[in-house]
Amino acid sequence: MNFIDFIEALFQYQFLQKALFTSIMVGIICGIVGCFIILRGMALMGDAISHAVLPGVAISYMLGISFFFGAVITGVLTAIGIGYVSQNSRIKHDMAIGIMFTSMFAVGIIIITFMKSSADLYHILFGNVLAVRMSDMWMTLGIGVLVIALVVLFYKELLVSTFDPTMAQSYGLPNKWIHYALMVVLTMVTVASLQTVGIVLVVAMLITPAATAYLLTNRLSVMIYLSALIGTIASVFGLYFSFTYNLASGATIVLVSAFMFALAFFFSPSQGLMWKAMKARKNRVELMR
Amino acid sequence: MERAIEIEQLFVSYLGNQVVKDITFSVNKGSLVGIIGPNGAGKSTLMKAALNLISKDKGNVKIFGEPLKRWKTNIAYVPQRSDIDWDFPITVIDVVLLGTYPKLGLFKRPSKNDRAWAFDCLKTVGMEQFSNRQIGELSGGQQQRVFLARALAQKAELFFLDEPFVGIDVASEETIINILRDLKREGKTILVVHHDLSKAESYFDHLLLLNKHMIHFGASEEVLQPEVITRAYANQFSFLQPKGVNVT
Ligand SMILES: Nc1ncnc2c1ncn2[C@@H]1O[C@H](COP(=O)(O)OP(=O)(O)O)[C@@H](O)[C@H]1O
Ligand SMILES: [Mg+2]
Repeated sequence: MNFIDFIEALFQYQFLQKALFTSIMVGIICGIVGCFIILRGMALMGDAISHAVLPGVAISYMLGISFFFGAVITGVLTAIGIGYVSQNSRIKHDMAIGIMFTSMFAVGIIIITFMKSSADLYHILFGNVLAVRMSDMWMTLGIGVLVIALVVLFYKELLVSTFDPTMAQSYGLPNKWIHYALMVVLTMVTVASLQTVGIVLVVAMLITPAATAYLLTNRLSVMIYLSALIGTIASVFGLYFSFTYNLASGATIVLVSAFMFALAFFFSPSQGLMWKAMKARKNRVELMR
Repeated sequence: MERAIEIEQLFVSYLGNQVVKDITFSVNKGSLVGIIGPNGAGKSTLMKAALNLISKDKGNVKIFGEPLKRWKTNIAYVPQRSDIDWDFPITVIDVVLLGTYPKLGLFKRPSKNDRAWAFDCLKTVGMEQFSNRQIGELSGGQQQRVFLARALAQKAELFFLDEPFVGIDVASEETIINILRDLKREGKTILVVHHDLSKAESYFDHLLLLNKHMIHFGASEEVLQPEVITRAYANQFSFLQPKGVNVT
């Protein structure tokens, strides 16, 4: 099946439309939030929080309530726990992250074992975008709108507190609250991405498109747009490969974004390895003459 | 004369280790004050504690007779080494533009005027031709000038600069001190941490000499007396005593 057939299928099947819409939304919000995550050096934290929502999701699932609440509660508790352990002992931040999130993830796995079918676990962990329900789609849209609104409204504050926390603090910005607010946003993004890429691979959608954009520009605003665009492209083509070859959508989306990262890594005009090597070689040749 | 800064009995410690002890002084509006003392004397700590960036054990800080909180957006602080990620995707002009943020308040974006003003500040420090460079692609002196431009962009009443002259070229130093003198002329109050005694008298009208304790605060020529200086630096030379050199 080629891309044209995929487009035709899109017009035909409603489930595919829902899948596409949800994936694009996820690509955009992960791309945006991911920029702040990587620039704050929180890639590992992003990984941790996205995994740590598992018990919350599992409990919500069992109680038959929306994933949203359970996920936000366990995600934020984990963020607070990590901060508490690393601030009150000689345990370093990355150690605290490693301990807390694996524990939460383990609790989640045990809770899920008590569920009826193991298909549920598989879908939570790896996503199942073709089974997106109307309610999931609206939740993703709601989270997307909220996240974009927050970033637009507090862009200035996010920029300062990310780039120069000392300056932010000196004129009275609450860095700590900004940090926790970002953690809440992170758990919401994870929830929004559950159906599309699944818990295990959310972090890839947060980091890879943002890192790709990071290689391409020297302006944060441009980086955010680029990252959202790259996330969107990854979602669309990932969905296409998933649908066509019957592969897990999370995996195909992540691989498409990894491919784009590789392109930027080698060919980015300012940072690309290839241009750097060529320039260095040119300089050497000129000196030889 | 109006009192710009009043610091009373300031004590600061790190993990129970007191590094700033009982500092009391006040600075008049429109003065250019140097904070001097040997390495590790607690100069940076004093500045951070005065700005409430680290917690203090004791002490009271007043700005124009009011609590610090009410003046926060009116104080520009340039730390010793900015603890920032030099690879951050931000250009020189956008760094300077950050200086306009404190007074903008929530939800407001910088306007065209703010951008023009940021560019003016960049011109003042002689860095306008670098305005579109990424911030990491500058020399140490150039970075320092950009951060000074950002402080200028803030249109602050008070300026706190920590070692602005360290590791920079002569031309940059000249530019910076001239800018500080202009600020003083405009009635701004400036506090500068500095450790090079040779230029202290020509740069500052008042000096605070400390070595954990406060040694002396007063007019520059008064502080730069051999007996006074010796009291701050004596233990730096104690290794000379066995050789018969006595500096106390
Ligand atoms: N974050 C910190 N934790 C523990 N000790 C510190 C910290 N910062 C500074 N110190 C110690 O406090 C003393 C004063 O430091 P500082 O204020 O930086 O001195 P100065 O700026 O005068 O060179 C030094 O002995 C230093 O080792
Ligand atoms: Mg210092």
